Amino acid sequence: MASTGSGVKPTTVVDSRGTMCPGPITDLFRAYRNANVGDVIELLATDPGAKSDTDAWARRSGNEVVAVIDEKDYVRIQIRVVKKGKQ
Amino acid sequence: MNSKDKRNKLVIICSKGSLDMAYPPLMLATTGAAMGMEVHLYFTFWGINMISKKTIDSLKISPVGNPALPMPNILGMLPGMTSMLTSMMQKKMDKIKMPTIPEMIKTAKESGVKFHACSPTLDMMGLKREDLIPEVDDIIGAATYLDLASEDAITLFV
Repeated sequence: MASTGSGVKPTTVVDSRGTMCPGPITDLFRAYRNANVGDVIELLATDPGAKSDTDAWARRSGNEVVAVIDEKDYVRIQIRVVKKGKQ
Repeated sequence: MNSKDKRNKLVIICSKGSLDMAYPPLMLATTGAAMGMEVHLYFTFWGINMISKKTIDSLKISPVGNPALPMPNILGMLPGMTSMLTSMMQKKMDKIKMPTIPEMIKTAKESGVKFHACSPTLDMMGLKREDLIPEVDDIIGAATYLDLASEDAITLFV
């Protein structure tokens, strides 16, 4: 499960606010493809499915959700790139 | 990928040519590719409309045979109802910034989704390779589909 907390300083911020599934995951994936192992990607989302989907994405791709921070009307999800796949 | 006991391939048959039936396979395909899965879309029968240059921009929603719509089915048969319903739906989708089908296809392709056209369908509809959008990888038949689907795959029929 995703941990919560104040988060860390992200390497990249991806703003997916206003998009619905699969927008946040697609945007996260784009950033992930350009990221290096060790980077922290911060995803901003308003899609209510984003927390669960990001968790599933991280489990599946071998990466790690390090923090989920609820803001007033969106969520900040921080993902550490642990593994780079074949992409 | 890390999940040894999970299936790593997603193979979806797209058989419908209506707007509402075009979204779910593309959403799943793009998401699957983002999750590191190998994803194949196999377009057959009316699903070919999703990848045909002539029809990709004019997919519609049919009010007939759709009990979820807030109108009696018989009204759906009136002339103009299909385009009225389609434009109503499109306005709703624009409002939530839902990508269009061509945009969804572009994103899926960029994510690594493979697009396969069904050969007998092309023959039946009198279509050629050049009538299809450039994102289509190849033209295949049932045997290739079964081969793709027979190992390590989640398969869906839409």
